[in-house]
Amino acid sequence: MIEIKNISKSFGDRKVIDDVSFTFEQGKTNLIIGESGSGKTTIMKLMVGLHEIDCGEILYDGQNFPTLGVKEKQEVRKKIGMLFQGGALFDSQTLEENVRFPLDMFTDMTKEEKLDRVNFCLDKVQLTNRNNLYPGELSGGMKKRAALARAIANNPQYLFCDEPNSGLDPKTSIVIDNLIQSLTKEFNITTVVITHDMNSVVEIGEKILYIYKGKPWWTGNSQDILKTTNPELVDFVFASGFMKEVFNAVNKK
Amino acid sequence: MKLFFHLGRYFILIKRVFSKPEKLSVYVRQIVHEIDNIGISSLPIIAIISFFMGGVITIQSAFGFTSPLVPLYAVGYTARESMLLEFSPTIVCLILAGKIGSNIASEIGSMRITEQIDALEIMGINSAGYLILPKILAGVFIMPFLIALSMFLGIFGGYVMGIATGACSSYEYIFGIQAFFEPWKLYYSFTKVITFAFLITSISSYFGYYTQGGALEVGKSSTAAVVYSSILILIFNFLLTQLFLT
Ligand SMILES: Nc1ncnc2c1ncn2[C@@H]1O[C@H](COP(=O)(O)OP(=O)(O)O)[C@@H](O)[C@H]1O
Ligand SMILES: [Mg+2]
Repeated sequence: MIEIKNISKSFGDRKVIDDVSFTFEQGKTNLIIGESGSGKTTIMKLMVGLHEIDCGEILYDGQNFPTLGVKEKQEVRKKIGMLFQGGALFDSQTLEENVRFPLDMFTDMTKEEKLDRVNFCLDKVQLTNRNNLYPGELSGGMKKRAALARAIANNPQYLFCDEPNSGLDPKTSIVIDNLIQSLTKEFNITTVVITHDMNSVVEIGEKILYIYKGKPWWTGNSQDILKTTNPELVDFVFASGFMKEVFNAVNKK
Repeated sequence: MKLFFHLGRYFILIKRVFSKPEKLSVYVRQIVHEIDNIGISSLPIIAIISFFMGGVITIQSAFGFTSPLVPLYAVGYTARESMLLEFSPTIVCLILAGKIGSNIASEIGSMRITEQIDALEIMGINSAGYLILPKILAGVFIMPFLIALSMFLGIFGGYVMGIATGACSSYEYIFGIQAFFEPWKLYYSFTKVITFAFLITSISSYFGYYTQGGALEVGKSSTAAVVYSSILILIFNFLLTQLFLT
């Protein structure tokens, strides 16, 4: 479980995150949704300490992360898996080396055990037998999936995914969403997913935080969101005509 | 004031670079990789430059020493002294600052802008140590060998070209390169090389590591890395020369 309490962040004199509190629950896929530029990535980076918060608390199972020492922070981070918006794969390493990297660094597994684990993870993201490709040889969607494989390699306790299915085709998107959700359930992970894909929201949104211009605008789950009357959220959810039709069809029944 | 900002941040970075590695075996693998990357790949350019510069220095000094008072072996002596004291340790290091410096800064810089460094940090890895320490150690280890090779090839180039152009005879040149040899001067030269190796690798890593923005800024970092490494090489060349030769 990760709790954020009253966190704020300014870049220069622009307040990007304004007094956000939320509880990301263990064993659930917690979503952060919002328009692009609303501050979703910033919240995630604040949570993992890539940006420093101006004020507030970030509690990892009760431990206030920003106040920890360097060593203690590293211990928490070893339990974090993160999928960056752009993938952030290591360009100089093959897919296998990328996925194996956290294992090399933090485990005493044998070569065979590591290879098994790498193949298992690559298999999960449907990149079986692509071990020896370099990131430069992959499409955007494949990079995302490979990055997800790396994020889950060392059995993280906290999983952060920044737009895991942007740039993916709808079919692969669903596979990735389902994968994230099943991992979350199977290993009881605290999962935080940023998305603006309404399909994912409805599919896997067990707990949702809607951010509007850096402020926590609405919270709820995937059922509540379709009944929302919050004007900004309605705008966001029903931005596409398709969603509107789906909604009307559902309501008529 | 900008200077103090950079200096402060540089020393803080260096302190992080030299903190205890997470996993020794991974670091050792990285060092081997960097020795290849920094050292072996620089061999051809060093070989060509040293050979020809040695040759030209020899021809020039033979051309200059027309007085009957100057013994003919002075040509070999001059070639040796120039290569050993200044050309190989300083000029070749300046050239390496261009090659290695831009390479390191752009590599680390592009890792920064594509969030690869953030990815390392998230995993709980000291990214400064992981990325920079192997480069510094590899540079400090391999550059003395590169420079020793440069010295040898420079003197050899002088011999080949000196004989080929008739600037001096084989006997005189070989006598000259052995004349009045003072071993402590090698100590001076290699102190310079090790210092410069540290400067090039650490300064270039610094500029790469603190790149902000996009591809354009990676280019700027890479230029800054070369410029500042070169300037500091010149400053330290002066300081060390004062220290050793006066
Ligand atoms: N390092 C930074 N420095 C300055 N401004 C930033 C930085 N990172 C993000 N921002 C600004 O913060 C706002 C929110 O960005 P971000 O969290 O990336 O949005 P989202 O992920 O929701 O699309 C944007 O207006 C962006 O310009
Ligand atoms: Mg974002």
